[in-house]
Amino acid sequence: MRAGFVDPVFESQRVFRGVLAAMSEPGRVVSLEARPVAPGPLHPATVAIALALVDLETPIWLDDAAATAETVAHLRFHCGCPIVDEPARARFAVIADPDRMPEIGAFDAGTDEYPDRSATLIVQTRDLIAGSGRRLSGPGIATEARLSAQALPPRFWEAMRANHARFPRGIDVLLTAGVSLVALPRTTWVEG
Amino acid sequence: MPPSAEARARWMSALAQAEPAAVEAAWARLDPEPPYRLLRAAETGLVMVRGRAGGTGIPFNLGEMTVTRCSVTLDDGRVGHAFVPGRDRRHAERAAALDALLQDEAVRAGLERLVIEPLLAARRRREQAARARVAGTKVEFFTMVRGEE
Repeated sequence: MRAGFVDPVFESQRVFRGVLAAMSEPGRVVSLEARPVAPGPLHPATVAIALALVDLETPIWLDDAAATAETVAHLRFHCGCPIVDEPARARFAVIADPDRMPEIGAFDAGTDEYPDRSATLIVQTRDLIAGSGRRLSGPGIATEARLSAQALPPRFWEAMRANHARFPRGIDVLLTAGVSLVALPRTTWVEG
Repeated sequence: MPPSAEARARWMSALAQAEPAAVEAAWARLDPEPPYRLLRAAETGLVMVRGRAGGTGIPFNLGEMTVTRCSVTLDDGRVGHAFVPGRDRRHAERAAALDALLQDEAVRAGLERLVIEPLLAARRRREQAARARVAGTKVEFFTMVRGEE
């Protein structure tokens, strides 16, 4: 087993701040300052988000690629979170292999009364580059933003459009690559 | 072979309930000083202590107590944990390291003799002294049965 944050209080505050910045400006690539040790298939940004946001009240679901014994032990110990088999019961989901990710409908999209009680997906990609690629628009984006994310299948982007269509319900997505993070909240419209 | 849960509980309890200075002194006697890495640095928090009236009644919350916990790992991957009363971070760290070391059967007997048994003996002495001190003020309460019938 490996260590978590070196300085849990300040590092989790910095990561929270990073996620907040990413969520308020969808499409912006945020580099997280905290770089915790990442077990197995997880990226440092994925682990940092989990260490900062996941705890005993937020069940987490891991896809087959992410759910190695090392990852499970690491998250159980450092986050103290329940690890669930059913995507629908998860508050957070880690997807290390986007090609085989479940249908977006498999995750909890909240209710019309409580749309905030929904799942947040952490999807790992190979590379995140702003300024070229797909066109993003919506709250937090002045005119348009462009994002190129490697290794995401076309059906992921179709799912993002379907997700946007059911607003206020829906899931929110955090894309991670290495120590970089981009948020795609349900309010963001993706074209191209 | 991993230790039995009872054996481990016994030494974890001995380490947690010992005086911090006694744990530190026991640690200083280890030569060479065993290396370990912090998995979760010592941190202080509160735990709710629960009790049962008469030992068998409905559980109730007795109150919160201050606890410091720490987890360490050795080079071979063994993990040691400690939850100690109070806010002595060093106590928690040493207790976690000793918990990890004690899981190794090769050194367990020696460590039990060198560290755990003296700590348990000191704890028994403290408890006896406390019992002797309060025995002088012991009062027996009883209730008269009222004869209303």
